[in-house]
Amino acid sequence: MASKFLQSIHVPHLKNTQDSRPGRLTDVKTVTIPMSMHIGAPAKPVVKAGDHVKIGQLIGEPGGFVSAPVHASVSGTVKRIDDIRLSNGGTCQAVTIESDGLLEFDEHLAPPVITDFDSFIQAVRDSGAVGLGGAGFPTSVKLKVDPARVEYMLVNGAECEPYITSDTHTMVDNPYRIYAGLTALKRFYPDAHIIIGIENNKTTAIGIMRRYTDHVDKCDVCELPASYPQGGEKVLIYNTTGRIVPEGKLPIDVGCIVLNATTLSFIGKYLMTGQPLTTKCITVDGSAVKEPKNVIAFIGTSVRDVAEFAGGLKEEPKKVLYGGPMMGLSMPDMDQPVLKNTNALLFMGEADAVLPEPTACIRCGRCLDACPLKLMPTEMEHACENRDIERLKKLKVNLCMECGSCAYVCPAKRNLVESHKLAKQLLREAGVR
Amino acid sequence: MSRQILSVSPHIRSARTTRSIMLDVIIAMLPALAASAILFGMRAVYLTVISSGVCVLLEFLWEKLLKKPVTVQDLSAVVTGMLVAFNVPVSMPIWMLVVGDIAAIILVKQLFGGLGCNFVNPALVGRLVMMFSFATAMTTFTGSSGIVDAAVSATPLADPASYGWDSFFTLFLGAHGGAIGETCALAIILGGVYLCVRKVIKPIIPLCFIGSCLLFTFLFGGAHPVLQVFEGGLLCGAFFMATDYVTSPITDWGKVIFGVFIGFVTAVIRVFGNYPEGVTFAILFGNVLVPYINELTMTKPLGAIIPEKKKKEAAS
Repeated sequence: MASKFLQSIHVPHLKNTQDSRPGRLTDVKTVTIPMSMHIGAPAKPVVKAGDHVKIGQLIGEPGGFVSAPVHASVSGTVKRIDDIRLSNGGTCQAVTIESDGLLEFDEHLAPPVITDFDSFIQAVRDSGAVGLGGAGFPTSVKLKVDPARVEYMLVNGAECEPYITSDTHTMVDNPYRIYAGLTALKRFYPDAHIIIGIENNKTTAIGIMRRYTDHVDKCDVCELPASYPQGGEKVLIYNTTGRIVPEGKLPIDVGCIVLNATTLSFIGKYLMTGQPLTTKCITVDGSAVKEPKNVIAFIGTSVRDVAEFAGGLKEEPKKVLYGGPMMGLSMPDMDQPVLKNTNALLFMGEADAVLPEPTACIRCGRCLDACPLKLMPTEMEHACENRDIERLKKLKVNLCMECGSCAYVCPAKRNLVESHKLAKQLLREAGVR
Repeated sequence: MSRQILSVSPHIRSARTTRSIMLDVIIAMLPALAASAILFGMRAVYLTVISSGVCVLLEFLWEKLLKKPVTVQDLSAVVTGMLVAFNVPVSMPIWMLVVGDIAAIILVKQLFGGLGCNFVNPALVGRLVMMFSFATAMTTFTGSSGIVDAAVSATPLADPASYGWDSFFTLFLGAHGGAIGETCALAIILGGVYLCVRKVIKPIIPLCFIGSCLLFTFLFGGAHPVLQVFEGGLLCGAFFMATDYVTSPITDWGKVIFGVFIGFVTAVIRVFGNYPEGVTFAILFGNVLVPYINELTMTKPLGAIIPEKKKKEAAS
């Protein structure tokens, strides 16, 4: 191991919301719940317009193995099922429910009966759990491996993106849920060493997690440097275990499974209550927001309603993001819904919405020092401009996780991530895996 | 309803800009400029200001002429202008200096596509052009009104054997003949430290360059290897010219190779060559090799699989 931690960069923390208690947004008229809030096949709607649904009722069943079910987040009447355009550019079916204001839970909900590994996996699948850190990969698919292969179970509580504090709140406010999740992991992956990775500036979360896990055998809290991108999957694996995920392989191929802290917390909650994933704790922040705060919102709540709940907006936002400023996705309008994997909504005002114009690369090499994976961003951009497939292959642009560190540090303000995305697309079109 | 701006992440950027970097380089050169004013008189400052102004003007006119976006606000032309002036003696006629500026900005920088595209250091080519065109003016080191005696006619490097340890401080403070920005070792080191502290440059190239020049001068039996470090263009070249981003390697190991290489070439020229001063040629020589050094020292990305293995996987 050359060095204990991979190279990283310092980004402003801007954790304005870390000390405020999350507020619960319950007063919503309608929710629009997309059938595709995860990686894999979209869910298939199992309700029709006019049906009455209650909270936690199944409204979309998994559309394949790599898929996840979707549940009603409010009680009320299904108004329509139609196609909506998501922020990532894709189109999918969405169920729009008009709330009856009663917020009634489905009376059939009950803690799952778990007898063996298969029933545990089934429970995780039924819960609707997906990677809540942002990736949205169905959790049950990730967990459905031979337990003997799992040497490390890594809990990602790094939360390295600026602004976002929702994972920290999950760890600080509901540690018992994480504990319940850890207990289940210990039971079904007895050989796995559990490591909870948290950036060392989140002292409260570290303290609480330590207290909850002190007596647990083979379970540690690992303090990570407070620098970006500690929460990147490959970065976390290397920084906690020293292992390197080879090109084209998955973490499980090096004996690791990485679960986001909020995902684990949700699984713990589901095992105790049987309530599927219908709400999400979201950090609402950005220069256009009056009162930055964490909001627990129903999945499907419109972004506009969430903004209203956070004291409204100071100015009409010029850019609205799902997620943090480093990797977040900008959305076309504020009618977009809160998704399962939404961990933050950032409303950026005039001042910070417009990015500086790129100027010529001066070959300072800062991007090389920033890249946690030791790629050569400036060379990749150059090769991409030249449409040089062979060179892009050689430079391993396919390994890029689009963390944005290179573009962040670039003094010439080059749009490097944009270029890397394009380069990966070029490789795909050229049939390179 | 207003639509939002859509853009690819990241949505925040660091405060560092090309302009702020160039400004730091300018600040780093100020101690050397101040020293030259004391040593050679105010004409050194006038020449530097004129040279910078001419470079900015040339870049501006060229970009206007070719209807390209004007980029003079990035201050890189100011840096080039200052460096060209740093390379000439204080008695240099202004029109000759302008010739150097033209070579630097137009010939090397703009004709190859502007900032970031030149493959050799513009200021050094400017120096080279002036050296070949105006050999006498370039090697007449007379002070105008400063503390350097007008009788000093050549750099100590021209006759290193005549120098002893007692002249170390004279050398270190720069009270001897030489180009405007090259003589005061103290001021140059001050500027170099500033650049390192501000993380504008990494100390790799200067240290490898100076270290290797020292070592090879010693191995080749050159006179007073340590003194030679503090003389001539070596320090100025090491901190301000060899570290030019565009014309130096981007990888750390590349910087090591580059530094050691130009140190070696400098020593060879100084000990065996006809020119007392080898820094200019050494750095230019190194500049040309940079693309190859970069290629040679390509980083190995984390988890990358070597090509043979990858082909097999693709086939199966």
